[in-house]
Amino acid sequence: MRYAETGYNLEVDLTRGTVKRVQSDPRLTELHLGGQGTAAKILWERVPPETDPLTPENFLIFSAGLLHGTPVPGANRTSVSTFSPLTNLYVNSLMGGWFGPELKHAGYDKIVIGGESPGLVYLYIHNDKVEIRDASHLAGKGCQETATLLREELKDPRIQVAAIGLAGENRVFQATIEHANSSASRHGVGAVMGAKRLKAIAVRGTKDLNIASPAKLWELCRNKYQEIHDNKNCGDPMAHDHNESFHVDNFAWGNARTRRKGYWSKEREERWVAQWKEVRTRDSGCYNCPKDCHYTISYPGRHPYFLKCFNKLTYCMAAFEEIDFNYDILGLTSAYGLDGFSTPQVLAFAVELYEAGILTDKELPDFPADGAGRFFYLLEKVVRREGIGDVLANGVSRAAAEIGNGAEAFDHNTTKKVEQVPLKLGVINYPFFLMYCTGEKMNITQIEGSFPQAPIADREKRQKFVESWNAAPERFKKWFLEWEPKEHMPIEAAVNVCDWNESMHYVDDAIGTCAWLSSFRGQFGGSPPYHLFNLPEIISLATGMELDSDRLMEISRRNRQLVRALNIRRGLRRAEEKPPEDHWKIRDHEMEQKHLDAYYEFKGWTRDGIPTKETLDGLGLGYVSDDFVNRGILPDCDSVPVRKAGESR
Amino acid sequence: MEVVAVSNQLKKRTVKEIRVNLDKCIGCRACEVACSGFHAKPKYSSINPERSRVRVVMDLLSDVYVPIRAGDYTQAECSGRNTYTINGKEYTQCSFCSVSCPARDLFREPDSGLPLKCDMCEDDPTLAEPMCVQVCRCGALTYASWEEDVAEESVRRGEMEIGLECLVTRFGKDKVADAFDQLMGEKR
Ligand code: SF4
Ligand code: SF4
Ligand code: SF4
Ligand code: SF4
Repeated sequence: MRYAETGYNLEVDLTRGTVKRVQSDPRLTELHLGGQGTAAKILWERVPPETDPLTPENFLIFSAGLLHGTPVPGANRTSVSTFSPLTNLYVNSLMGGWFGPELKHAGYDKIVIGGESPGLVYLYIHNDKVEIRDASHLAGKGCQETATLLREELKDPRIQVAAIGLAGENRVFQATIEHANSSASRHGVGAVMGAKRLKAIAVRGTKDLNIASPAKLWELCRNKYQEIHDNKNCGDPMAHDHNESFHVDNFAWGNARTRRKGYWSKEREERWVAQWKEVRTRDSGCYNCPKDCHYTISYPGRHPYFLKCFNKLTYCMAAFEEIDFNYDILGLTSAYGLDGFSTPQVLAFAVELYEAGILTDKELPDFPADGAGRFFYLLEKVVRREGIGDVLANGVSRAAAEIGNGAEAFDHNTTKKVEQVPLKLGVINYPFFLMYCTGEKMNITQIEGSFPQAPIADREKRQKFVESWNAAPERFKKWFLEWEPKEHMPIEAAVNVCDWNESMHYVDDAIGTCAWLSSFRGQFGGSPPYHLFNLPEIISLATGMELDSDRLMEISRRNRQLVRALNIRRGLRRAEEKPPEDHWKIRDHEMEQKHLDAYYEFKGWTRDGIPTKETLDGLGLGYVSDDFVNRGILPDCDSVPVRKAGESR
Repeated sequence: MEVVAVSNQLKKRTVKEIRVNLDKCIGCRACEVACSGFHAKPKYSSINPERSRVRVVMDLLSDVYVPIRAGDYTQAECSGRNTYTINGKEYTQCSFCSVSCPARDLFREPDSGLPLKCDMCEDDPTLAEPMCVQVCRCGALTYASWEEDVAEESVRRGEMEIGLECLVTRFGKDKVADAFDQLMGEKR
């Protein structure tokens, strides 16, 4: 019997219009758990490295996490894994809400979508009944409206929908896949769905799932509800905090340019809160989670939408506008299905190019004079890929190269073609340097998270923090205790911190737990509800697998190396592994490269960032090393001169 | 003064109540998760909201989120139904109805179609609070119970007695007896 997982994937070929229910290999669960782990394996096997992400040969995979459908609170994040048209590399984008658990109850762990439909379609899954249906009546419809229409059309309010909007249909590289209060937003996953002519997936499931040790797992979970609810260090604090000073004073406005210190004031806070009270309608959580990280906004003249996270500020800060503008434009971008991190930067980049005379009235006829007007103007062009919008829709980095004429200098905030958080800081921070360079997610918030960002100055407080820091392996406590303000940790510490931070994300992304309850939240307060030391038991009780922290880390490493291998096979090398040039003002090139050398060695990679044969074979990824040797990515000899990775994991 | 218990005249009854504060519901459906687990056989062996005796009615963007506990089973749907308009959105009477009814598939076992009914998590030993309340930590569901005095049971006549008496008055003793025998014969 399969526990926690259904043991079946749904294979959809949109070119042929066929669907198949395919049993999955239980050994893969032992090796990768599930979620993006097993999705990466499928992509490795089926998508040759030359594949253009927007062609039918690319696969788009929706994975429920291994723990979805079990009682584990906060296990609801669905992975969307594919190759990105923005980076031309692997992308795994996550969405919360209710989709993954519903898919599990319909009897599937994954939906594996290949091909390209001749016309716009949607996929309807109701347990064993799966249909590819015409969606021409939904063309151009907003994401939220599409969900409503599908529920009406299929006469079932309990259907969960993931849909693209106009941006996805037009293959805009900032296009998201929107589901309920969440969205898979990174690196143009919506464009891949649009290229497949798949407007939406509607899923409804009423089947049971088996749990290996049900009573014990329930007892453990029952106590988690209260713990998670009361734990101030988890969930999204931005959802309820009205003091925005941290972001507006410290993050850069415009095209990641200007710090506006002192922008925040009591008077502004009062005004913003009053505005919020007018438009906010209700709070909401995600499936089986006692936190309420999301809320709905009803802005006059706009379709109601969910506000989440830093989206609250990204548009107004990029356009140098007030909060009112942000609420307004989000009404449009939520319907179009656009990423709230990268889109504002693309628009601000275009505004800068206009001011610098690189874009002119020729490309931007009747361009308005004010920030808000300009953003609305550009938004329509981008979402329709109209005129210059067709270029901008490829993201800042690609657009800069295409526009030329000096535009490249304005592309100052990207890494691997991905727009980064608009932060410009003083002295380099090495763990963060490593995360920016090497993180396969290419978004810092999806890489950082377990180790605090800065030291605690007060020794006593530091001691106290460490004493209650159950989530951390011992060595991190020592490094943190010894970390004094304005000092750098030893190289070994920086390397380990980067590795631990991202490892926890790889665990979340396999089992489907929310990063706000685990991998992203340990850094603040050090008490995430889920961590390395309690997850093995939870996973064991759910699945029947034998698991301890070491084995869990080994699986996390295996998934991480496999994801690395996907990108290496598509050409990623050390030369591309660098943060935005101006991310820190004070840098030290030599020390940076020393850190990078040390990190590669720690990971068991060559000096160019390629996982060695020894590393791959040691994790049971011999088929990857064979492929690398066949392709000449790794040399064809047993005695590769690589020092043994001196890891103290 | 001496108090003498007059056990034959007064009885105690426990009233159990789940209070629902709609303003606090976040639509997480943990109540569904918990209820389905508690009623699975063996206990917690499966989590399946479809088997839950509480369901959260929600239209994510506009509704209030309304957790509804399954009530009685009915063979026939209502002949006349109201339509309500709340904040500009229309709801039928069925939207917030707790009855397991042929008009819809809510509150039925997904496989057998048998009706589901909330039993307030009756169990031995008794739970401190019903399971749905235990997991609803945002306070949308709270539990209260108290003892109430009720008159001796024999004084209160059940629905069946009243119904039977009506039939006997209308059709006579023999006809009712015949019909009863016939009915039982068919059943066996
Ligand atoms: S912590 Fe917040 S974002 Fe995460 S599952 Fe819970 S409600 Fe959703
Ligand atoms: S557990 Fe409580 S908050 Fe969550 S859906 Fe049920 S009633 Fe609402
Ligand atoms: S669901 Fe309720 S309101 Fe609707 S027909 Fe049935 S009993 Fe009447
Ligand atoms: S009281 Fe018990 S049976 Fe009734 S809805 Fe709540 S959990 Fe289910």
